[in-house]
Amino acid sequence: MPSTADLLPLPVAVPLAGAAVLVLAGRLLPRTATDILATAWAALETALLCLLWARAGDGRVVSWAGGWTIHDGHSVGIVLVGDRLGIGLALLVSVLVAAVLVYSWRYFEEPPAGHGGTFPALLLLFEAGMCGFALTGDLFDAFVFFELMGVVAYALTGYRIEDPRPLHGALTFGVVNSLAAYCSLLGIGLLYARTGELGMAQTGAALAGHRTDALVVTAFVLVMASMLVKSAAVPFHFWLPDAHAVAPTPVCMLMSGVMVELGVYGTLRIYLTVFAGPGGVPAAAFTHTLAVLGALTALTGAVMCWQQRHLKRLLAFSTIGHVGLWLLGLSLLRPQDTAGAALYITGHAGVKAALFGLTGVLLDRHGSVDEYGLFGRGRDSRAAGALFVAGGLALAGLPPFGTALGKAVAEHAAAERAGWLPALYVLVSALTGGAVLRAALRVFYGAGVVPEPSHSDVETSGDAEEPEVRDPQRPVPRTMTAVPALLLLGALAVGVWPGVGRALGSAARTFGDHAGYLADVQGTAAPALTTALPSTDWTLTGVLLGVLSTALAAVLAACAVWRPDRRFAAARGARTLAAWGDRRLVLPLRRLHSGLLGDYVTWLTVGLAALLIALAAQT
Amino acid sequence: MSILPFLAAGWILLAGIYGMVTSRNLVHAVGCLAVAQSSTYVLLLGVGFRRGGTAPVFSDIPTRTPVVDPVVQALVLTDIVVGTTVTALLLSLVIQIRKRTGTVDPEDLTELRG
Repeated sequence: MPSTADLLPLPVAVPLAGAAVLVLAGRLLPRTATDILATAWAALETALLCLLWARAGDGRVVSWAGGWTIHDGHSVGIVLVGDRLGIGLALLVSVLVAAVLVYSWRYFEEPPAGHGGTFPALLLLFEAGMCGFALTGDLFDAFVFFELMGVVAYALTGYRIEDPRPLHGALTFGVVNSLAAYCSLLGIGLLYARTGELGMAQTGAALAGHRTDALVVTAFVLVMASMLVKSAAVPFHFWLPDAHAVAPTPVCMLMSGVMVELGVYGTLRIYLTVFAGPGGVPAAAFTHTLAVLGALTALTGAVMCWQQRHLKRLLAFSTIGHVGLWLLGLSLLRPQDTAGAALYITGHAGVKAALFGLTGVLLDRHGSVDEYGLFGRGRDSRAAGALFVAGGLALAGLPPFGTALGKAVAEHAAAERAGWLPALYVLVSALTGGAVLRAALRVFYGAGVVPEPSHSDVETSGDAEEPEVRDPQRPVPRTMTAVPALLLLGALAVGVWPGVGRALGSAARTFGDHAGYLADVQGTAAPALTTALPSTDWTLTGVLLGVLSTALAAVLAACAVWRPDRRFAAARGARTLAAWGDRRLVLPLRRLHSGLLGDYVTWLTVGLAALLIALAAQT
Repeated sequence: MSILPFLAAGWILLAGIYGMVTSRNLVHAVGCLAVAQSSTYVLLLGVGFRRGGTAPVFSDIPTRTPVVDPVVQALVLTDIVVGTTVTALLLSLVIQIRKRTGTVDPEDLTELRG
């Protein structure tokens, strides 16, 4: 049996090899055989990561590629470092990839002869990039894996090249993400100029020899650029709804479920390992800046989510809202905050992937993802409707879903820093969950009146989508509802099974340990952890807040669907207020999402400049 | 070490970004992305430069000869490969956009908004 360190490179190597095999096999084997091979490959990867997760325990697995180990604190070798949070995220990636492969067994029309393996091969390549990013302990490798998953994601977004909209979305996605990645590479270059190291831990240790100056702050902002763009923090988020609106549904499941979350993970991983020590960026400055950014992201995402009628855009903005909550929680830097965010992300991955999968059922049946156009047309898809409602409730934070547990733990931790923060969690969950419930009520149950088409000049309707399947007569493949159901069950298990919370709690403590990470990479004895293990149990307040946000979501959805009677003065007042807010606040915000490449690049630049000024003022 | 390579890299990055922001042609925009990327080459090579150093190839020079940093050169090579992939993929998307919509002006692509 090989040692755990020897197994660590395999989660990157296995899907890479699988992608190569599938491209070849797709030319020779029939489609069913290719799909079975791809699914088996994904299952192998999942089993491998389960083994690594079990073996890693509370420590870290360090693997030096090619035996180029560290000497006297200096290294030129490439290091992979797996702790439970990184391995766990890679495990989440592999589970979702396996689910998506099963989901898309019968999803696309028959691929062109001789290219049956292209789509699963791209998915495995995507998986390799994401797993590599979760496991790397080297800044430059992080850039390479980031670009690997990026390039595959651009290709997957524009997979249906016969439709102009996916091409447009993929191009915007590609340009904005790659520009941010090059900014990060500049930042890595600056860090190398200061320290002569590329490993995260080694760079962090070498920074200690110098006081924090303009170079370190500039390098930090530049390195963070790609992470914040990937995690879709405002104002770096513009690419995300465009890409999600047009990507094939199975790809949306992966992008919203794990890819965006990898950006959140990268933000924290790089801060904690590189910049958290002396000579880096002070914790207070990081916390203040990222918390403001997170709150802004959460509010923008939630407000924009409520405005959407294009179902995929709606779900995409809800992801942005939740990313804001995670960034806000993680910015507080304590193990309990990290544990809450980790649980929240795990639960959210299942729920959001399930919701996208069910949207795919609608697209498959009706060739539309428009909430207005689909009014009442989903009545015959009972199972999909029930699952969609369950997904909306889980998104709103209904206990005992994993999202609710993550939200409860994060709220509890955030309330210790500022008492009003849980209100933000409740508001964002209620708005995003409410928007999903509203869509479910209209589409699957035909509730309320037929919504009047708005004549707004800033709207993506989502009707007249290219159906991703060409044969409307056939029944919806069973896998397309079975996989979302299983994903929702998974999200439920995260909340119900206490083992998950406990494991993530201890993983969060290890994740935040700057000194221990460095010691493990250098092969010296790590100082014992003194921080307490965060509690990840259900609390009464957490359950009540979860129920509160779910109830709010239900009320919001009901108000939107069955508009309250005009005769009540309160309803009239609320409507006038809503109309004013719509005109003065929401419309300008929607106009900013212009779909124009130049605008998005401008916002990226403005955002980086603002971050630079904010951090420079605090150091 | 001189500050000039840093300033040059910053200037090239800003020139590339300016081009992308004002571009009215997608081929030009992708080209500007490549320009922005070339700032990373300048910065990395500037970081590894050593006055009087020669190329880090020890086949025909004594091992004590001062050489420039080989690590950044490996980084730049990887960077070039990554950049080529990205540019090629984006340009192929532009070709498809031209085929489907008949335009390469980003201002004409207004399907996704709000």
